Amino acid sequence: MARSSLFQVLRPLSPRAKLVIGILSFVLPVGLWSLVSYVPAIWHPQIMITDPGSVSYLDVGAHLARHAYDSEVEDARHEGRAPPSGVPANPIYLPSPGEVLKAFYTSFTTPPETRDGQWLAQSLWHSIRIIFWGYVISSLIGVPLGILCGAYTALARVNEPFIEFFRYLPAPAFGALMVAILGIYDGPKIAIIVIGTFFQQVLIIANTTRKLDPALLEAALTLGTRSRQLLTRVVVPAILPDLYRDQRILLGWAWTYLIVAELIGTTSGITWFITQQARFQHFPNVYAATAMIGILGLGTDMLLALLGRRLFPWDRSLAKFA
Amino acid sequence: MDDIVIPGGLLPSYREQSAAVRARFESLAAREVILTVSKLHKTFESEGKTTLALKDINFSTHRREFLCVVGPSGCGKSTLVRILAGLEEHSSGDVLLQGQPVSGPGRDRGMVFQGYTLFPWLTVKKNVMFGLEVNGHGKLECEREAMQWLQLVGLEKFADVYPHQLSGGMKQRVAIVRALANQPRILLMDEPFGALDAQTRCRMQAHLLEIWRKIDITIVFITHDLDEAIFLADRILVLSAHPGEIQELIEVPVPRPRSVAQIVSAPFLATKARLEELIYSGAHEPAEEEQYPIMGRMTHVTDNVE
Repeated sequence: MARSSLFQVLRPLSPRAKLVIGILSFVLPVGLWSLVSYVPAIWHPQIMITDPGSVSYLDVGAHLARHAYDSEVEDARHEGRAPPSGVPANPIYLPSPGEVLKAFYTSFTTPPETRDGQWLAQSLWHSIRIIFWGYVISSLIGVPLGILCGAYTALARVNEPFIEFFRYLPAPAFGALMVAILGIYDGPKIAIIVIGTFFQQVLIIANTTRKLDPALLEAALTLGTRSRQLLTRVVVPAILPDLYRDQRILLGWAWTYLIVAELIGTTSGITWFITQQARFQHFPNVYAATAMIGILGLGTDMLLALLGRRLFPWDRSLAKFA
Repeated sequence: MDDIVIPGGLLPSYREQSAAVRARFESLAAREVILTVSKLHKTFESEGKTTLALKDINFSTHRREFLCVVGPSGCGKSTLVRILAGLEEHSSGDVLLQGQPVSGPGRDRGMVFQGYTLFPWLTVKKNVMFGLEVNGHGKLECEREAMQWLQLVGLEKFADVYPHQLSGGMKQRVAIVRALANQPRILLMDEPFGALDAQTRCRMQAHLLEIWRKIDITIVFITHDLDEAIFLADRILVLSAHPGEIQELIEVPVPRPRSVAQIVSAPFLATKARLEELIYSGAHEPAEEEQYPIMGRMTHVTDNVE
């Protein structure tokens, strides 16, 4: 019975099941990662040297492919030399969850490695500012334009075919152009976020607006609403919860453009931190910083979802799925 | 139980009116005309084909009259009421409200839809205030009036809840007072109780008559429920389908005030018999009815349910 009640199309879960399964969605991948990291029998394609023995080119801590290690041991035994010894290890690009967890703390407390470098917190803050301005600029134009396109078919016909074309152009392709126009600092980065977000935004919001129940417009008209009042009195308030949801999704998209945007001109922000750490092969830090983006993104989205429920107490669809 | 058979011969004619009913119709006819529809035609164009939806509709209603419009599905009764509301344009003819031609929707014609159409983002009170606000009344005045209207339908306790928290019958009561708050000359109702369960519908009908009795409003009410039409109406406009045209404008001989007990009274049954004759007989124009197939037996021959 329990199984059949879990797998029924569109059946809502009990709050308890929702929580448990929600936690599982994180526990499962992390568990898999732990398994691969901590159980030597699983994967571990390399050997980390603990004692180089008589092999001159090996150092303590060096990683060696299993078959190379085996043949070194074989050779040493054959020739009566001291064989190297070591423990099974994963490649350094896959640190264990524990190492990454530690890096979460240390990467924030470690001072920059170069003189012109930045603390992780500074890098993150820089990234957040880029996202914020890109998103705000895009929304300032995209949201009103989207609503207008959704409400007035003529306006949609004028704008949408071109926007439809433009949204297929990959935003990073404009990198060089944006640098030429806006310089090498934050300007072109914000521009890439705007380009990546804006065109989708207009189309999505126009679509949301078009889903408005026309009966509500008719009801408003029979109550004596003049057509220019319709937009502010009916269209906008009616679509607001859906618009809010769209904006949350679009904010997620803006984040996905961040790394590309920050590579343009002078590398900056979290991207600068990640590439720097990767160069020094501090992979736990790379993982920690990357996960940081996910945590920030998911965190903002959850906050916004919570805020949405406060803002739109009348919205049924939000209560059901949030 | 035996089938109840009411021999047609025993019923009085639906045209027979008691003195009180006749006097009422005379006084009704003496009132000023609120709505005049003359030579109204409506055609739809689709895929190059022109369909005549409404053909030569002529009628008028007097102040505080309750007019029901009935007809088979596809007779254009919804189209008619939407034209009256100004939500659709007519192809030719005139719609006059107190002598003024109707163009586009306006506050002088309130409308109640089958699908409630309450604004989900506004509380019950704000829904009722909506019409007053868009017509430039002050906020305090709107609030006061909205509360008065809500009291009229017994919903003042629900002033601050959102529509989704109300039952269907309550939603429709809010929709009715939302339309009435604008003090329209005429209230158009497009199958307003069609989505309600039988019991609620019954109570809403009585409630609507109560509201209608108390305020100066003329009602045009679309329905496909014949009992509902007879119970509510002074006169019933019967439309035929393809194209929608007037078959008859029946004066309902059932005396007022109406009560549920009248449903088995002779005038009621006579009117219903006439309506059924007009709508279901198909004598006027054979409807293009789909033939349902006769099924083969799929159970054992001895396994009978009747």
